[in-house]
This record gives sequence, C-alpha cells and structure tokens, in this order.
Amino acid sequence: MASTDRTLRGTRGRTAGSGPWLRRVSVRRVITTVMTYLLLVVVAAAFSLPLVWMLSTSVKSLQQQMVWPPVWIPDPIAWQNYPDAFNFLPLARYTFNTLLVTGLSILGVWVSCPMVAYAFARIRFPGRDLLFLVLVATIMLPSAVRMLPTYLMFYYMGWLNTYLPLVVPAFFGSPFYIFLLRQYFRTIPEDLADAARVDGSTELGIFVRIFLPLSKPALAVITIFTFQSNWNDFFGPLIYLNKDELRTLALGLYYFRAYQDTTNWGQMMAAASTMTVPVLVLFALFQRHFIQGVALTGIKG
Amino acid sequence: MAVATKRRSRMSLAKRRAVTGYLFITPWIIGLLAFTMIPIIAVFVLSFTRFGVFDSPVWVGLDNYRRIFAEDRLFRLSLGNTAYYVFVSVPLHVSLGFLLAVLLNSKVFGVTFFRALFYVPSIVPQVAGVLLFVWLFQPQIGLLNYLLRLVGIPGPNWLGRPEWAKPAIIIMSLWGVGGGMIIYLAGLQSIPEHLYEAAEIDGANAWRRFWAVTVPMMTPTIFFNLVMGLINSFQVFTTAYVATGGGPVNSTLFYMLYLYRRSFQDFRMGYASSLAWILFIIVLALTAVVFRSSSSWVYYESGGEG
Repeated sequence: MASTDRTLRGTRGRTAGSGPWLRRVSVRRVITTVMTYLLLVVVAAAFSLPLVWMLSTSVKSLQQQMVWPPVWIPDPIAWQNYPDAFNFLPLARYTFNTLLVTGLSILGVWVSCPMVAYAFARIRFPGRDLLFLVLVATIMLPSAVRMLPTYLMFYYMGWLNTYLPLVVPAFFGSPFYIFLLRQYFRTIPEDLADAARVDGSTELGIFVRIFLPLSKPALAVITIFTFQSNWNDFFGPLIYLNKDELRTLALGLYYFRAYQDTTNWGQMMAAASTMTVPVLVLFALFQRHFIQGVALTGIKG
Repeated sequence: MAVATKRRSRMSLAKRRAVTGYLFITPWIIGLLAFTMIPIIAVFVLSFTRFGVFDSPVWVGLDNYRRIFAEDRLFRLSLGNTAYYVFVSVPLHVSLGFLLAVLLNSKVFGVTFFRALFYVPSIVPQVAGVLLFVWLFQPQIGLLNYLLRLVGIPGPNWLGRPEWAKPAIIIMSLWGVGGGMIIYLAGLQSIPEHLYEAAEIDGANAWRRFWAVTVPMMTPTIFFNLVMGLINSFQVFTTAYVATGGGPVNSTLFYMLYLYRRSFQDFRMGYASSLAWILFIIVLALTAVVFRSSSSWVYYESGGEG
C-alpha cells in the first residue's frame, strides 16, 4: 500500500509540471541534436579528407601537385598517373602475387580453423579447457618474440624467397580466428547435434553437415579478416621476399617511394589508391560482416 | 549384464569422441609447437649466444644482456621512443575511440553513414595510409600545413624534425581509431536499455547516466582495447619504417625498428634474440599489471555465462 502510494505521488508530481518540463526537454533536445550533428560533421571531415586527398592527388599531374593553394579537383584530370604507376613498377604483377598469397592463406584458414574451433566448442576431451587457455594466451603473445626463430627455421628449410612462410602457417590455424569461430559454434543449439548423433552421425558428419552450413556469417568474418591481414601485411613480405618479381603490393608500394628520383606524389597516390580501393569496395559490399566480426569477438565471453 | 554392456559402450563412446577431439585440434597443436612454443624456447636459448646466421652459435652467457643494459645507447633510446609512443597513443586511442563511439551511438538520422565514414580509415592498408600521410605532412606543399596556415598557425616540418616526428606518427595512427571505436560501439549497443530507464526514473541526468551506467558497463571493453592497444603499440613498426625509417636523428627509432636492424641488417641474431626476449618480458609485465589492476576497475556483470 505504501509503495503504491509513493508511485502515485511520483507520477502525479511529474504530471503536474509536465507543461514547462516538456518544453524545456524539447528545446534541450534540439540543441543536443544540432551539437551532435556539428560534432559528427567536423570529425567526419577530419576522417575523410585524407582519403579524398589521396584520390584527388592520384589524378594530378606533377605541376598540379605544386599548385598553391591546393585544389581538390584538378583540371585537367590526369588519369595518366595510373598507367604510369603500373609502368614504373610492375603493380599488376604485385597485385597477382598479393592475391595468390591472400587466396592460399584463406584456403589454409578454412581448412584448419573451423575444425579446431568445433573441437573446442563441442567435443569433450581431457585437457580441453587448459588447451583453450593456452590458445587464448597465444592471441596476446607479442609476435616479436617468435619472429627470429621462425625466420631462421624458414631460412634453414630453404623457404626464403618463396610464399611458403606467408602461407603455410595459415594451414595450422590462427588462434584468434579459432577463438571467434568457437564463440560462434557455442551459440548453435546442442540439440541439433544430439539429434544427428542419435541418427548415428559421426562428429565429422555433424561438423560438416550441420555446423559449417549454419556458420556462414562467422566464416565470412574470418575470410574478410584473413583477406585484410594478408592484403595489408608488410613485415612478412619484407623479411621473407628479397626478389623484385615476388613482391606483394604492400612491399611494392614501399619501394615505389624509395625508387623515385623526384617524388611524383600523383603516381604514388595512384599506386596507393590501387591498393586501397579494393578494400573499400569489399567494405561497401560486406559492411555487415565487417561490423559483425567485431560483435563476434564476444569480449564478454 | 545389460547395464554393464551399456556402460561400457558409453565409455568407449566418450573415448572415441575424445580421440576425435584430439584429431580435430591436431593442426593447431602442430602449429603451436612449430610456430610458438619451440620459437619461444629457441629465442631464449639464442639470447645467450653470438650468432651470425652463416656460422654456428657461440655461447656467451649473459654477455648480450650485459652489453644491452650497460653499453647500448640505441637500446635505451629506442625503448624511450617506444615508451613515449605507447604512453601517448594508447590513452588517446582508448579515450577518443570511446568518445567517438558514444557520439555515434546517439540516435540521430544518418548515424549509420557516419559510422561507416569513421570506420573506413582503419581498414585502409597501412602502407598506403602511411604514404598518404607522408604527403599530407609535407612542410611546404602538404595539405595539413596549408589548412593550419588558413587558421594562422605555421605548421612544422612534421617528419623532418626530431621533436615533431613522434607526434606525427601518433597522429597517423589516430586516423585508424575507428578500429577500436567499432568495438566500443558493439559494447555500447549491448548495454540493456532498462538500466538507463531505471537511472532516469531515479532522477539521474544525462551526465550522471553516462558515469553511472555507460562507463561501468563499458569497462570490460575498455579493458580489452587497453590490453590489445598496449601489446600492439609496443610493436609499432610499419608506420615508422615506411614514413621515416627511424629518423630524423633516430627520433622514431622504435624498439621493433631497432630489433629489425640488429637481426635483418646486421644479422646479429644472438644479440637480437636478447632484445626480443627483453621486449617480451616488458610487454608481459605491463599486461600483468593491467590484468592485476582490472579487479578494481573492470565491472563484470554477474550471472553471465562465461
């Protein structure tokens, strides 16, 4: 009774002052919205101007790059920078190399990660939890510590100047992707697997016929992540590839700067755009998966 | 009798499943041994040797470590540069990413467009982004100094002056703050609405709701971004390698750059192994400190399944 009374009084109190209260709120809301947009636009400008500048410079001739004050849309538009950039360094070749490394790595991740993740998510075996702890710990391991011995190992195996050091590790599973997939597998109802087990299905059968088809969103996410990390990787190619014709785009772009006598920013930005635009297109197509991947990290899990 | 048979078959079923489990994780186990465990042991052993790749390692005991701590000026310099970078850029990343996420979590029209816009720079390939910023940072014809001049500020020679090169590299890295921001955004969207409603009924204003609901509920995400930020920024390499090569006057010679020079330019693998092991210990210690501190400031909802 007492509590009802308090609630009533509370409500009445609020209703009584609702006239000016409401007006004040709406004025305040308008101000908040305007401020929000103002902030959004200012920050958006700061974030997007560099990218617009990259594209703009990529179609500027050497003279136009020096024009003061700078112009955003050059006249005439120097498309020639793109073929010139591809002639200056074999960017087409580098693109092919990058795609090759990226494609093989994606294949490796597909073959290894879901299987390992399934075992961690759904199969009970002694030591599983301990091993999973090790897996999570290796996600946080600074890669610097294992870089030298890994390099030496590949060196003694005669794998320098091949793509093997960049591709083969993917076939042995990446801890982060295994973690992501395991979190996702755990959201798939166990009943489905149990029903299949009653029907005499093996673990492999359950994994391939039930879990993989249901996990397309998670598989899309790790595919995108693998694409990104290989497309962007600079350090790996830098230490393992010393021959011009083997270079990837990231490495080629670096040498682009080193090889130019006078810096032609137009050509360099054309090359940079060539590397950037595919990623942007991919983002535009699969935006949902990029964002979903983050939610999947399941920080609370 | 029937029960016994049943139990035995169930036992063997469990055993069979366990074997399947081990088989499934075999690729990762091999990878763990070959690319993580053995390398960590190897780098530790090598750190007590003099080793030039082309000849066999010579045991020198603690000599590498002695020289690093007693004589190596570049070690101290690069560690200092890295500490500067880490302790300036990580707090900026953690706080700016959080504030931007809060801004992008407001329910105004077109906010998804802005989300995409803020996120995109973080997916631009690093080398391409760095070259772009080298161009933006040009002292005479660069866009940044042009914009600064418009508001009456004479821009510095960003990458050409030792005192400006590190801030320039930090600004570069902040362009990618959207990566952390999107993680915060996912966290913000998982805060149950009823908490805000309850706070509002209790008479909490927006400022109070932010500190009493948003921040505590977000501490696990802040913790995650802080730990990953520390680990990654300690290994900063590509931005400096591409933009400045460590210069001017070694002002951007970060630890990984120094480690790279010692191992892949001088081929002093033993010495470099000691450097790598020291980095490992430092990162491990810092991470441990952050983990230790977490119990006093990270709030985990109880009852959530792990």
